[in-house]
Amino acid sequence: MNLIIEMLTNNLTILFALVMAIFLGFELISKVPTVLHTPLMSGANAISGVVIIGAIILVRQSESYNYVMLFLGSLAIVLGTINVVGGHAVTNRMLQMFRKK
Amino acid sequence: MSSLSPALINLFYLISVSLFIVGLQRLSSPKTASSGNLIAAMGMGIGILIALLMPISSGDNNYGVIAIALFFGAAIGYVIAGRVLMTQMPEMVSLFNGLGGACALFISIAELLNFHEHNSIDPATYLTTLLALLIGSVAFTGSLVAYGKLAGSVKDSWKLPKANIFNMALLLALISAVIYQTQYPTSIELVYIIMLFALTYGVTFVLNVGGADMPVIISILNALTGVSAALAGVMYDNKIMLLAGILVGSSGAILTLLMCRAMNRSLISVLAGGFGGTSVSAVQVGDKMVKEVSVMDASIMLRYSQNVVIVPGYGMAVAQAQKICKELEDQLEQVAVNVRYAIHPVAGRMPGHMNVLLAEANVDYSKLLDLEEANKFLKDTDVTIVVGANDVVNPSALDDPGSPIYGMPILEILQGKNVIVLKRGMSSGYSGIENPLFFNEKTKMLFGDAKNSLISLLEELKVISD
Repeated sequence: MNLIIEMLTNNLTILFALVMAIFLGFELISKVPTVLHTPLMSGANAISGVVIIGAIILVRQSESYNYVMLFLGSLAIVLGTINVVGGHAVTNRMLQMFRKK
Repeated sequence: MSSLSPALINLFYLISVSLFIVGLQRLSSPKTASSGNLIAAMGMGIGILIALLMPISSGDNNYGVIAIALFFGAAIGYVIAGRVLMTQMPEMVSLFNGLGGACALFISIAELLNFHEHNSIDPATYLTTLLALLIGSVAFTGSLVAYGKLAGSVKDSWKLPKANIFNMALLLALISAVIYQTQYPTSIELVYIIMLFALTYGVTFVLNVGGADMPVIISILNALTGVSAALAGVMYDNKIMLLAGILVGSSGAILTLLMCRAMNRSLISVLAGGFGGTSVSAVQVGDKMVKEVSVMDASIMLRYSQNVVIVPGYGMAVAQAQKICKELEDQLEQVAVNVRYAIHPVAGRMPGHMNVLLAEANVDYSKLLDLEEANKFLKDTDVTIVVGANDVVNPSALDDPGSPIYGMPILEILQGKNVIVLKRGMSSGYSGIENPLFFNEKTKMLFGDAKNSLISLLEELKVISD
């Protein structure tokens, strides 16, 4: 319990931003027409690949002889980049089809 | 590399997050969607650049390793994205999503190893990292199983006995293990067990969900990956990861709720796997007869109609029949027949699946009617053609309280004058629910592969229209 309270008080500003982001996400999506559900999901999915930033930081912070870290980190970068690049590219392909009209 | 001051970094964080928000916002309207995707990609690019350039407190940078990994990831992602068929889009999104989850899983386990090695354990960070590990793992294996289900390699009947009890027990075990480990983080063994349990939970929880509920489960998994990215953002004190992850999490959550509402089902009942082949409907169909229609008769009906509605479903995707639908539409419009498409929100295997396929076939999106518009239009419809849809046109949802889909809003195609159902055989739909539509007096069946039937209809129409 103390742990949770400590976490909350230490990160108050970021918590405000968090609450805003949650409502923003709700607002942005609730008005979307069905036509765009699939591209929107695949776009959002590409954005969730943002976790790749963590993978990059992990590899940078690792010593060059720490093979376990380098292995886990670079594997994470490869998978994360597939998610980001593939996700945006596939979304773009779908949206080009909508735009032809 | 210390040229980037903290203030400058924060400024770039702000720009990057703003680009994500503007991108998502523009993605939600057909006119601006394409630029929205590019803007979000720019936000991602800035985020990655900062991650590469920002000063770090320790470590050897290892830029070579990073460059190679980035190159391979980008190349693989780009090639896959260029090759995938539009009909396979649901599998693709699941697979990409699973990789994002795996990324979160790997960095969390690496950081947990670090914590234990250096014995530097701040409880708050430790807890977030454990949670990122847990949610990333569930999203990873869950998405892979969803991928398998959508691609057909994982059968819908593969369910654990007493799956709900098993899943509940597993979830409780997971939560208690996380609480225990946060309070007594003495050894790393329990971390591995948590990871193993979470990976298992991802498998069992998606296995238990019925095929017809896939649109919901894809949205949930998407939201989970977002949340795991956000938790990893707390771990690295990186605001881009945190806010972008939360944006994805909350937009995925609202999409999940929209899908549930479209099926008139609660999230709980979806997760409990209510739709299955075992449910018994009150309708007895054993001795009822269906009426078949010949291609010739069907094309004459279509030719002399004023309004025709096409109801596409997953069967259209399987048969790759979207382009033939468009040709049929063109042929009918030539002889002044109005053609519209009625799209149920959960038709197909992911939200908006049918829209993407029809867009691929160049169907103008003003001809795509959503549930409400379609049900208005159907009152004046002469012929409705059902192409591989089943549950979304099942009238049991309206009048049979014994049916598992009772209460789900459907396309009320029996309001029109005639219905032609293109169907391979008399099996029930993906969800295994019997459909009294086929036995209705307004309904005629055209048996065969959907694509072949449409081709024959098209050829016959060309002959009689001359």
